[in-house]
Amino acid sequence: MNREPSKIQRRRTDIFHTASPTVLNLISIPSGILLGLILGAVLIVIAGADPIASYKIMFSSSLGGKNQIIETLIKACPLLLIGLGLSASFKAKVWNIGAEGQYYIGALFGWMVGMYGTALPKPVLIPLMLTAGLIGGSLWGLLPAILKIKNGMNVIISTLMLNYIAILIVQYLARGPLQEPGGFLPRTAKLERIARMPQMFGTRLHLGCVIALLLVPVVYYIFTSTPLGFKLRAVGSNPKVAKYAGFNVNLAIFIALIFSGALAGMAGTIEISTAYQRLQSSISLNYGFNGVLIALLGRTNPWGVLLTSIFFAALTIGVENLHVVIGLPVSLSDAIQALVVLSVMVVDSYIRKKAS
Amino acid sequence: MGSIVEMQGIIKSFPGVTANAGVDFDLKKGEIHSLLGENGAGKTTLMNILYGLYKQDAGTISINGEQVNFMNPSDAIAHGLGMVHQHFMLVQRFSVAENIILGQKSSREPRIDDLNLIGKKLTEISDLYGLKVNPHAIIWTLSVGEQQRVEILKALYRGAQILILDEPTAVLTPQEVKEFLEILKRLTSEGKSIIFISHKLSEVMEISDRISILRDGKKIETVFAKDTNERDLARMMVGREVNTNFEKKVAEPHEVRLQVEHLCANNNRGLEALHDVSFDVRAGEILGIAGVAGNGQNELEEVLSGLRKSTSGKKIVCGKDITNMPPHKVGIARVAHIPTDRYKTGLISDFMISENAVLQRIDREPFTKHGSLQWKKINEEATSLVKRFGVKTPSIKTKAGKLSGGNAQKLILARELARDPYVLIAAQPTRGLDISAIEYVHHALIEQRDLGMAILLFSTELTEILSLSDRIAVIYEGRIIGIINREDADILEIGLMMAGIKRPSSTLEQTGVIES
Ligand SMILES: Nc1ncnc2c1ncn2[C@@H]1O[C@H](COP(=O)(O)OP(=O)(O)OP(=O)(O)O)[C@@H](O)[C@H]1O
Ligand SMILES: [Mg+2]
Repeated sequence: MNREPSKIQRRRTDIFHTASPTVLNLISIPSGILLGLILGAVLIVIAGADPIASYKIMFSSSLGGKNQIIETLIKACPLLLIGLGLSASFKAKVWNIGAEGQYYIGALFGWMVGMYGTALPKPVLIPLMLTAGLIGGSLWGLLPAILKIKNGMNVIISTLMLNYIAILIVQYLARGPLQEPGGFLPRTAKLERIARMPQMFGTRLHLGCVIALLLVPVVYYIFTSTPLGFKLRAVGSNPKVAKYAGFNVNLAIFIALIFSGALAGMAGTIEISTAYQRLQSSISLNYGFNGVLIALLGRTNPWGVLLTSIFFAALTIGVENLHVVIGLPVSLSDAIQALVVLSVMVVDSYIRKKAS
Repeated sequence: MGSIVEMQGIIKSFPGVTANAGVDFDLKKGEIHSLLGENGAGKTTLMNILYGLYKQDAGTISINGEQVNFMNPSDAIAHGLGMVHQHFMLVQRFSVAENIILGQKSSREPRIDDLNLIGKKLTEISDLYGLKVNPHAIIWTLSVGEQQRVEILKALYRGAQILILDEPTAVLTPQEVKEFLEILKRLTSEGKSIIFISHKLSEVMEISDRISILRDGKKIETVFAKDTNERDLARMMVGREVNTNFEKKVAEPHEVRLQVEHLCANNNRGLEALHDVSFDVRAGEILGIAGVAGNGQNELEEVLSGLRKSTSGKKIVCGKDITNMPPHKVGIARVAHIPTDRYKTGLISDFMISENAVLQRIDREPFTKHGSLQWKKINEEATSLVKRFGVKTPSIKTKAGKLSGGNAQKLILARELARDPYVLIAAQPTRGLDISAIEYVHHALIEQRDLGMAILLFSTELTEILSLSDRIAVIYEGRIIGIINREDADILEIGLMMAGIKRPSSTLEQTGVIES
C-alpha cells in the first residue's frame, strides 16, 4: 500500500515530539531572539544605520567586559527579584499583575526606614530597610489575597487596580507630606550615604544584586525540592484535585501573593537605596510589568528567570547606547526591544504547538 | 469492498510505548463493530487517530474508499465522523443547544441568536433516534446518561454518519445501558455505522455485528459476534483463561470505624440530597451502597470525603468527630477515597505518575525529610505501586494525563490503598477497568478487608455490590431505605428496594429511616 506520505509526516513531527521541555526552551528562546534581531535589523536599515555595527555596539556596551556585565547585572536586579516572586505566584496560577504597586509600596517603606533611621549603624539599618521593603510589598500583596479568599475577587483585576493606588500614594507623598524640605519639585529628600546599599567586591555591584542572585538557587530549591513548591504547582495545575488531596488552596493563594509581593517590595527598597535614592513621581522603569513577561518567558523557572532578566537588562542598556552612540531614536530602541520579546513568544508557542 | 472506514497498518508510538503496532481495522456501513482489549491495549489511540486527534506514524485511512489525511477533528467531522470521548467534553454552564453549536464555524450555520431554531432541529433528531433531551437544559443539571445523549446529539447534528463511542456505557446505570443499546440499534437501522468500545463483554456480545480484539497495540482477531462467546473473547483479550468468580471468606468485623449519624446534605442546586442517613462500617467489613445513580450517592461520597458540607448530622471516624472538616483533616483521620470522577478529581494530569502516586503523602516521611522532598523515596514508592498494580506506562516520569483510562484508575487505587487507611471510600472502583484488572481490584479489596480495613463501596453495578459486600445499604431518594446482610439478600429484593419499595421492617437488620 501507499504509505509514503505518512512516513514523511513522521519525520516532520518527531524532532520535537521526543524533546524534553528543557530542550524545547533551549531551542525556542535563542531562535526567538535571533528572529527578533533580524526583524530589528530591518528597522535599523530603514532608519539609515548599519545593523551589524549597531548590534556590535549593543553587545559590547552591555556584555562586552567586566564593567559592562556588572552594570547589566545591576540593571537586571529588580527584574530578577520581581520575576522570581512572580514565578511562584504564576506556578500556582495566581495572576499577580500588581508587582509594580508592590514595588512602589516596598520602596516607600524602605525609604521611610532609611530616611528616619539614620541614627542606627549601617549593618542594622540596611537589613532593617530590606525588611521594611519586604513587609511593604507583602502588605500590598495581602490585600488582593484577602479580597480573593474572602470575596472571590479576580486577582488580575484587584492587583492591577492596586498598582495605580500605590503609585498615586507615593506621588502624593512625594509632593505633599514627604516633600523635600524647601524643595519645589515633587520629590522627597535624598537618602543619606548610610542608607545606601553597600557595594561589594570593590565594584559597583551592590548588596541588593548579590541577594537577588543568591535567591535564584533558593527559589529553585523551593520549587523543586519542598512540599511547598509541590503544593503551589498542584494548586496551579488542578485546584480541584489539590483540594481533594487535602492541600489548602486558599493558603497557596495567600502564600503566592505574599511571596511575590515581598520580593517586589524588596526590589523597590533596593532601587530606592541605589539608583533613585529618593521618592519621586516615577521610580520604576516598568519593572513590575516587565517582571510579568520575564517570569513567563523564563517559564517560571528561576534559572530561566535569571537568564531572561539579564537578557532584558542587556537589551535595555544596548539600545540606550545605540541612542547615545549613533543617535538612533529612543523609540526605535523600544521597538527593537518589543520585537525581540514578541518573536521569542511567537517562536516559543509555535514550537510548543508542534511538540504537543 | 463496502467498507465505510478502512484503516491499514496503523502504527503510532509515544515516547516509550507503541500504542498501535500495525493495526488493520474496517467498518462496514450500518454495522456496529466493537473494539475490545485490556487497559492500554491502544483502543482509544486508534480511534483518536481515526478522528484526527493524533497523526499516525505510518499506515493509511480511507473513508468511503477515498484515502484521507486528517489534520484535526474538523477534517474528520467534515467527512462524517463523530466521536464521543471516554470523558465528556461539554461546557457545564452552557445549555444543550449552546454546547451543540459550539465550535460550528460555517457562517451559513445558525448563529447564537437562532437557538430556538437549533432547538427545533435537535428535537427532530432526538425524536428520530429516541434520544430524549431538553435542548434548553443547562448541562450540569443533567444526569450522566443525559449528558451522553447530548454528546451523541452533537455528533449527529454535525451530520455524523460514523459514530465512534469510547466506553460510553462505563458511566451509565444498568437501566440507562439498556436504553442506550436500544438507541444504538436504532441508529444503525437508520444507516449510521458505529464503532463501540467497552469492557463489558455482555454488552459487546449483545450489540455487535463484528468484534475486533486488540492486545499490546496489535490486532489479535476480528470475529463475528454470532460465532463467538464471552469466554473466548476474554481469552483473546488477556491471552489466558480468566476466572471471574472468586472465593471470599466470611467477614470478621471488629470495632466500628466509620459512624454516620442522621446526616443531611444538599446537592449543587441547594435541594436536599441526603436525608437522615445513618449507618456504620466496621473494621474488616465491606458495606456496599446500592442504588440507582442519582439517589444521593455522589453527595454522600463527597460529604464523607470532606468535599461537601453536610447541613446536619455527624460523621465520626474511629471515635473522632470529623463532621464538616476539610479534606486534609479527613485525610489525617486516615480516610482514603477513590473518587467517582477520576478525570476531574483523581489525578493531576500534568504531574508525573510518581508525583501523583504520593500526592497526599508528599509532605510526610519518608517522602519529605527535614522539609525537603526525597525524590529517591518518591520514585521508589511510585515504581513499586506501578508494578504491584500493573499500571501500564513507559516510565514513572510519564505525565499522568497520558495514561489510558483504565491505567489512570489503577494508579488512583494503588495510591489510596498505599495510604494504609482506616476507612476506604471506594466509589466505582472498577469503572473502566478490563476484566483482569477488575479481578485484581476485587481481590485487593477483599484482601484489605481481611487485613482489617473498613470499606465503604459505592457501585452502580449491582453484581459488584453483591460479590464484594458483607452488608448492603440501599439508598433511594437520599435515604437509606434498608441495610441487609449479604446472606439474606437477593437481587430481586434489592432491585425493589432500589425502586423505593421496602420489605416489612421485621426482616430488616437495621434501617436508617423506618419509623413506626
Ligand atoms: N498522548 C499520549 N502520550 C503518551 N502515551 C500515550 C498517550 N496516549 C496514550 N498513550 C499510551 O498508549 C497506550 C495505549 O493507550 P490507549 O489510551 O489507547 O489505551 P486503551 O486501549 O484505550 O485503554 P483503556 O481501556 O484503559 O482506556 C498506553 O500505554 C498509554 O499510556
Ligand atoms: Mg481508552
